Amino acid sequence: MDVRRTKLPSQARVASGEGSSQARVASAEGPDGDFRIRQLRARDLLRGDLSGPDLEAHVEQSVLTTTFERAVNWARSNALWPATFGLACCAIEMMSIVTARYDSARFGAEVFRASPRQADMLILSGRVSIKMAPVIRRIYDQMLEPKWVIAMGACASSAGVFNNYALVAGADKFLPVDVHVPGCPPRPESLIHGILKLQRQVQGHPDLGWRTRYQAEGTEELGDPTVPHGA
Amino acid sequence: MPDATGLELIAHDLREQVLGAVTDTQHHRGIATLIVDPERILEALAWLRDTPNQAYSFLASLHGNDYLPAAPRFGVHYELLNMDRVERLHVKALLDEPADGGLPELDSCVELFPTASFQERETYDMFGIRFRGHPDLRRILMPEEYEGWPQRRDFPMGGEPVLFTHNETQTPRWYE
Amino acid sequence: MSEVRAEVRDESVRELAAGVTVEPAGGAGKAGEGGGTPHGAANGAAAVEEELLTINFGPHHPATHGVLRLLVTLRGEVVLEAHPYIGYVHTGIEKSCEDKSYWKVIPLVERMDYLAYYFNAMTFCMAVERLLDEEVPPRAQYLRVIHCELNRIHSHLVWLGTSALDLGAISIFWYCFRERDKILDLFESSSGQRMHTRYVQVGGVAEDIPAGWADKALAFTYDMEERVGQYEAILDRNEIFLQRTRDVGIVSEERLLGLGVTGPLLRATGNPWDLRKADPYSSYDHFDFRIPVGTVGDCYDRYRVRVAEIRESCSIVRQAIEGLPEGPYITTNRKVALPPRHELATSMEALIHHFKLVTEGFRVPPGEAYAPIEGPRGELGCFVVADGSAKPSRVHMRDPSFVNLQALREMVVGGYVADMITNLAMLDPILGGIDR
Repeated sequence: MDVRRTKLPSQARVASGEGSSQARVASAEGPDGDFRIRQLRARDLLRGDLSGPDLEAHVEQSVLTTTFERAVNWARSNALWPATFGLACCAIEMMSIVTARYDSARFGAEVFRASPRQADMLILSGRVSIKMAPVIRRIYDQMLEPKWVIAMGACASSAGVFNNYALVAGADKFLPVDVHVPGCPPRPESLIHGILKLQRQVQGHPDLGWRTRYQAEGTEELGDPTVPHGA
Repeated sequence: MPDATGLELIAHDLREQVLGAVTDTQHHRGIATLIVDPERILEALAWLRDTPNQAYSFLASLHGNDYLPAAPRFGVHYELLNMDRVERLHVKALLDEPADGGLPELDSCVELFPTASFQERETYDMFGIRFRGHPDLRRILMPEEYEGWPQRRDFPMGGEPVLFTHNETQTPRWYE
Repeated sequence: MSEVRAEVRDESVRELAAGVTVEPAGGAGKAGEGGGTPHGAANGAAAVEEELLTINFGPHHPATHGVLRLLVTLRGEVVLEAHPYIGYVHTGIEKSCEDKSYWKVIPLVERMDYLAYYFNAMTFCMAVERLLDEEVPPRAQYLRVIHCELNRIHSHLVWLGTSALDLGAISIFWYCFRERDKILDLFESSSGQRMHTRYVQVGGVAEDIPAGWADKALAFTYDMEERVGQYEAILDRNEIFLQRTRDVGIVSEERLLGLGVTGPLLRATGNPWDLRKADPYSSYDHFDFRIPVGTVGDCYDRYRVRVAEIRESCSIVRQAIEGLPEGPYITTNRKVALPPRHELATSMEALIHHFKLVTEGFRVPPGEAYAPIEGPRGELGCFVVADGSAKPSRVHMRDPSFVNLQALREMVVGGYVADMITNLAMLDPILGGIDR
């Protein structure tokens, strides 16, 4: 079973001193109940303390353990069709990921759809100027759920090499961005790495990167990357 | 490029033809520059283009410059090219900012050189220099409702402050 | 204002288009709201109401090469007016350059016309070298030429791939990008980066080429010529391609010169104007190459001219590699270029120069310079104003795509919408250069 959020060390210490785990489980709420409650149940499950109907109830209520949802997320992640959104230099490197050498079709990004209504993923490749930002937001709004955004390159993630009156310093000022790919321009392999990270996020195994290395789990600010935007 | 003497000859001829046109000449690093009175710029350009032994018929570039704090403040530069002799001539018109706070004005040379259409719009957009007689003078690179003339020297660079650990929490909205 | 051009191909369309005057586009550029006055058909019969359709192409559109917005007024499929709206990728690079030392301007300026990055850097460096009155050593000049010509091939390959993609010949896209990757491997090997390499520096180039690079580049040029032959075999006499590009978008040479258009667009009309031959810079006069020109000036000629230019560039690269002189790859003037690292351990002056160059940068005596070179799209010039300090006072790029875009309207009005796509493809606009 997949525990999506591991506990903060301080919370674990507090929890171990309180009451019996069975009592806690009995007072649990529904699927969108207290995060703390689910945390404790997950800990109990791992220790083997849950059994019987409680175990089944817990398994059903966990967000991503249903086989159907896992299957759907697997299918979605392996068929992320990008929308053509080439703005500047990064667009040239984005064009080269569909070519034979860095083939992105083998990862599911088969076709670049021109119409945003037919695309799952928006790869923002290039600098976002203040004139273009409302246009991008409009295109993003026209995309159908579920949709994800990759900010490709330094200019789409922050201001990039530039820091002046004409640019929006990073697309995440007006769009929710899932993956930032650094580089100026990022190599095609970097972008494919970013797409693979997004795939893992969609499947429910978000790659926490440096957070696992520095044991900083639980410090993420954003919402659940496996749940599509707006849902 | 016309060399220094060639430049002086051109200036001399132009001064004869169009009175009061040429205010100065410069020859620096092999580039010949004629500084022309802004009121006479159209006549000067027309003379340079149409006179048979001048024939600077190709306007390679038209751009502006802000010489703040020097005065006159604005310069509009015309980069002319004679394709037969492969000679380039740089013509400059220096404009002052009008005292009443309006925009400096210059005659548009779109009739003489159609290529000036977009380039004058860009100079207007970036410096606020109004070209009289341009058929469609509006902003070209910035959004239409933008206020301010970005490439003027007193226009701030803009952008976001760089966050360091010592000033991070003092910067407004640093958590975004 | 302007009459719709009579050179439309189809008879029935000619009837519709004949005798129609298009009103000036409302002054503020809003080219007519949807419902125009109903024009009766030229052949008299009444009771057919027409409306002019104004549609918006882009800025997000697969066939506009970049974020270009066109406001197009159509009667049926015939384009009556087309107004370009640009500025969607305006990055304020020229203003940003005023804040940075000359060394740091090079990466900024490279990102303008993002397919011709060596050219952007080269024209800026040439302008600064002019102001400094600095000589570039011959080996550096040859290396610059080699890399610029490889970049020209690269730019033309991307152009060919994306244009063929627009016209429907999708396989050319794959082939061109395959060759492009080989060029990018060469760039990566010589400078460490695929794009925006910061290789051309003031006074020369950043580094010498590694061992074996010359052989790889030579092998590439032979390869490239063979592949170009293959692309020509697919497209040159392809019936569909001919029908889509022949006699499309013809603008006269005088009109193009008036509009300031240079590069392959001008050469397609028959004018052999090329700055590499007319006003040679950086040792281009040591090489023997031809300038391909067209005859009619239509889209087909523009295509042929660019593909022939790829061959000529291969020839230049070969000659430059074979004749590569020995010597320093950057100027030995320590006030402008960094001293070699091994000197820092032994020479105090080298250390001081290194320190000053890295922290403040070199100072340029006051002056203004304009340095034009022949980019893949036409005359690319850089205007630099120096005020004596370590930072430029003004950097302006005369970008060829910006000026060439003015010719789009002439090419497109009176033709079909499909021809507009062809014209846009053959115009080769790069919005990074247009918007800067």
